[in-house]
Amino acid sequence: MTVKTLKSLNIDIKHLCRVEGHGDIRIRVEDGKLAECTWAIVETPRFFEVMFKGLSIEMTPILAARICGICSISHALASARAIERALKIRIPEPAHKVRLLAIHAETLQSHSLHLFFLVAPDFLNVSSVIPLMQTHPEVAETAVKIKGFANRAADLLVGRSTHPIAIKIGGLTRIPRKMQLRELAKDLDATIPYLWKALDFFKGFKIPDFVRETELVSLRGVNRYPFIGGNLISSDGICKKEDEYRSMTNEYIGDFSNSKLTRLSRESFAVGALARFNNNYDLLHPKAKEAAEGLNLRPGVHNPYFYNLAQLVECFHVMYESKELLPELIDSDTSEFSIHYKVRQCKATGAVEAPRGTLYHYYRISEGGKIEKADCVIPTNQNNGNIYYDLRKLVNELMVQGMEGKEIERLSRMLVRAYDPCISCSVH
Amino acid sequence: MKYLGITLKRPKVGFFDFTGCEGCQLQIANKEEDLKDLFGLVEIVNFREISSERREDYEIGFIDGCITTDSEVARLKKIRKQAGTLVAMGACACLGGVNNLRSRFPLPDVVKEVYDGHPVDTGPVRKVSDVVHVDIELPGCPISKPEFEWLVRHLVLGIEPQFPKYPVCVECKQRLNSCVLDMGMMCLGPVTRAGCNAVCPRNRLGCWGCRGPSEEANFESLMEILREKGFTEEHIVERVKFFNAFSGILNSDC
Repeated sequence: MTVKTLKSLNIDIKHLCRVEGHGDIRIRVEDGKLAECTWAIVETPRFFEVMFKGLSIEMTPILAARICGICSISHALASARAIERALKIRIPEPAHKVRLLAIHAETLQSHSLHLFFLVAPDFLNVSSVIPLMQTHPEVAETAVKIKGFANRAADLLVGRSTHPIAIKIGGLTRIPRKMQLRELAKDLDATIPYLWKALDFFKGFKIPDFVRETELVSLRGVNRYPFIGGNLISSDGICKKEDEYRSMTNEYIGDFSNSKLTRLSRESFAVGALARFNNNYDLLHPKAKEAAEGLNLRPGVHNPYFYNLAQLVECFHVMYESKELLPELIDSDTSEFSIHYKVRQCKATGAVEAPRGTLYHYYRISEGGKIEKADCVIPTNQNNGNIYYDLRKLVNELMVQGMEGKEIERLSRMLVRAYDPCISCSVH
Repeated sequence: MKYLGITLKRPKVGFFDFTGCEGCQLQIANKEEDLKDLFGLVEIVNFREISSERREDYEIGFIDGCITTDSEVARLKKIRKQAGTLVAMGACACLGGVNNLRSRFPLPDVVKEVYDGHPVDTGPVRKVSDVVHVDIELPGCPISKPEFEWLVRHLVLGIEPQFPKYPVCVECKQRLNSCVLDMGMMCLGPVTRAGCNAVCPRNRLGCWGCRGPSEEANFESLMEILREKGFTEEHIVERVKFFNAFSGILNSDC
């Protein structure tokens, strides 16, 4: 696959492995110059914006979930939130808490899948998690414990971890019983020690040294680290309202990709764990800050390989915040978890922080309660441009250092993987 | 490997994703506690989402997603040639799934609406069996984890799997679920193939029919009940069409 001389290099990776969906990396060096360097999305589009058209609004969170197998809870929540904001519905507090706990479970599930199944094999020099079970059983056990807890939590909170059942417009279809929530709290306590074990493993991984300063975009939390709704901010000093998502993302179609691209103040920006971490560090749980400290991760980081570590820090945040949310829910009156609503002509946006970054759903609804227009802006779309520019800079720097072709290929694969791209999602 | 005096083959398997959300593949990776056992029973030689190892000597191919482009058709035919047993996995692969919702509109309009006329590689929505012969269909959106493991055990033992022929209603009764139809919700459970352990009604959501029709399903009777309960024709049709599980039914009964 790789032909190496100092003067020329040809890397052609078809369907990069250990990422969600289909993307290709192509790098070509001719006469010592970078002739081609692309991160190309080759996934086949599904046209969800068209699928939504004409559907009754109560069907939208169920269809929205099908955009992505990994972040289906985030899609269902963004969809429900958009419609609830449009209809000016305020969901009951217990429903809001369950939704927050559910997105925490999804964040934990998605981040641990990425960190252990997709990323760790690179650092431990194995092809996948399968041999890792033999070579590093303690790492595999930690992965199984953390991810297992996340899935059990999602199953209890919203009925299923992939394509949730209980999220509906106006709240939830049902709420877990107190006894089940108490069991979940115990389960959580038993899982927390494995998080600290994970921290020890990741402390030992050598993170490649590479920096490209970029604009970081995320929701801005009020009192809490942001997950469901809020203002949109960028590290270049821009702040906008949720409904202004279009001017925050400025989607355009690039010629090297089936996925749309975005920009704000510069040629590209980035969303996801590292952007949230940088923009909302002050709102992290103290235990998450402690974990960040242990990983030498501080706000102001612009090394994309640190996405992995920022995800681990967020695992701490969602676990410790869930530890506080669960007793609050158990001690509150949970009898009201859904409210009735009347349909009318309206439109609005719902933004959530999906595991991979800020996710927007927008709908325009007819008088009869049907979707007239839908628009979804996906985190990976927002990262694809940034990955593209990162990759160019990385390869140029490695060439100057006289790095071998094989190593350039390895670091390029790891760079794309660090962003945890969700390609099916981006070509929704 | 020998178990209870029976010699088990350890078949080589590959997982291949087409146009879909990859949620079905995730279901497999999600069975954390049992993953080790699964990897013991079968040898996974091709599973791009989780492994950089890729070999072409698989005996069983699991396909998820629907088929939309010419290059996907070619890739699927190649996999069919290699795999002794081909399993279509999930509603997209078995039925076309929610992807069919875009088939309500002409394809050029669809591309124009989303990509503003920018050329993209796409085509009509096809289920796997529209393109190649399928040996086994594992239904659901997403597939159920226990049912997937049940199927793998059958494949390893060389026993033909018998999927439930009865409807979801039977599983609701087994689990002592309150009937969501009686509670006033639309539910396709009476005509949908069981095997999901009635997970949606269990969570107070009527069935959406993602697993396709049960055997000898009495559609007429369900339609009558739904109409009696005051659901509009439009509402019923919308639900029945959602996963494309009951094509051909609507014209005669609605």
